Amino acid sequence: MNSRTDSRKFKSVSRRELLKLTPVIALGAFAIPQLQNPLLKGGLAFSDWASARLFRSGHLASTFADSDLTPFDKFPINDYDVDDPGVDFDKWTLTVSGAVQKPGDYTLAQIQALPKFTQNTRHVCVEGWDVIGRFGGVRLSHFLKMIGADPTARFVTVQCADDYYESLDIATATHPQSLLCYEMYGQPLTREHGAPLRLSIPTKIGYKQAKYLTGLKVSHVLEKVGYWEDQGYSEFYGL
Amino acid sequence: MATRALTIEDVKTGEVTQAVYEHPFVVRLCHWVNAVSLFVMVGSGFQIFRAFPSFGAKIPQKDLLNWPKAFALGGWLGGALQWHLTFMWIYIATGLLYLGYQVFSGNYKQVLFVRRDLPGVWPMVRHYFFFGPKPPVSEAYNPLQKHAYTSAIVLGALSVLTGVAVWKPVQFSWLAWMMGGFHLARLWHFLIMWAILAFVFGHLVMVVLHGWNNFVSMLTGWKKHPEYPSE
Repeated sequence: MNSRTDSRKFKSVSRRELLKLTPVIALGAFAIPQLQNPLLKGGLAFSDWASARLFRSGHLASTFADSDLTPFDKFPINDYDVDDPGVDFDKWTLTVSGAVQKPGDYTLAQIQALPKFTQNTRHVCVEGWDVIGRFGGVRLSHFLKMIGADPTARFVTVQCADDYYESLDIATATHPQSLLCYEMYGQPLTREHGAPLRLSIPTKIGYKQAKYLTGLKVSHVLEKVGYWEDQGYSEFYGL
Repeated sequence: MATRALTIEDVKTGEVTQAVYEHPFVVRLCHWVNAVSLFVMVGSGFQIFRAFPSFGAKIPQKDLLNWPKAFALGGWLGGALQWHLTFMWIYIATGLLYLGYQVFSGNYKQVLFVRRDLPGVWPMVRHYFFFGPKPPVSEAYNPLQKHAYTSAIVLGALSVLTGVAVWKPVQFSWLAWMMGGFHLARLWHFLIMWAILAFVFGHLVMVVLHGWNNFVSMLTGWKKHPEYPSE
């Protein structure tokens, strides 16, 4: 296989081979300020698209024994604003709107009339820490049935007493482990953990599991995604 | 394995040198794309780590190390996640292209460390680290290099698997389970990054010490003055 060539010809062969690598320079687009943001948003959107494809409605998150629970006082309290937005429990209702047959205000007693489920599941924060907690409440899917949610609707959006807001894709909202949670560790939710009602979604990252719920909307299009998503976090962030 | 080789004759002096085609285009492309990806993945990984620089409990939080922001990419957790979740696709795609090419072209024989290479490891270690005599060179990579490159490829695959376990501990619960759960998967992901960084450090030192010719061959594919006989 050994053939002879002169040095000029070898130089041009080498140069041609070097030029073949020019596509690598395309990665430099990520260093251009005007292009960086759209490219990264595109990458994040692709990750979200892939995440939604990877989500399996019938696949359950692991559940744990009581002995695996993180002690209640070691369960972190995270919020973007205040620990206690000062909800008046006597006047509290969950305001339901959107693509539902029975919109209106629902009391905690009406929600608690649905079958109760309790599960020990892992709560994972986007920051990287994780804890195992005991969550009790009603299945979000049961509540959606109770309010007559349009079965073709694609999103559930929640509003919170601290002006936080979040959204769930319908596949996650109707997952059997997705709870409208009113109990932690067998006790009514404390104010810091989102009393009187929060989301507990073991197939989602922590920031999607909103606390201090005041409103719930069922919709076909997503009008508001979520507080942290608007700052640049992933929209889907399923675990 | 037949290697393409050339005898080059200098047009002015008539001097004759040898050159071999050492790195096919796909390998070179993957190498440089991956160099960029690794830089981004490690940099954004450090910024992500800054959000919770610990592998213990959240309460009480004991920080392992406070990584300087100057050596992190993305500005804040959300920005770093955008970099990480974008370049992971490039990193994975490059890895799959590389592995597919190596397997189907047969070029993997150049780097894959096999049992036959075992006896040659110690003489190379002696040469590199203890001033031992230089063992005869018969192919592109010596046994120690093959060991390093094969390990790096395995580490690359493990970085993806541990990363998937951290990203999707529910959908890929079997992966997370194999790593001892989400909590430990995060630690493995971190440790594998350091192992890759150790490889990169050694790799760069060897490039600086050994060779302009090696560096050029990863750009043009052609290596002048090969130490091993061309076929």
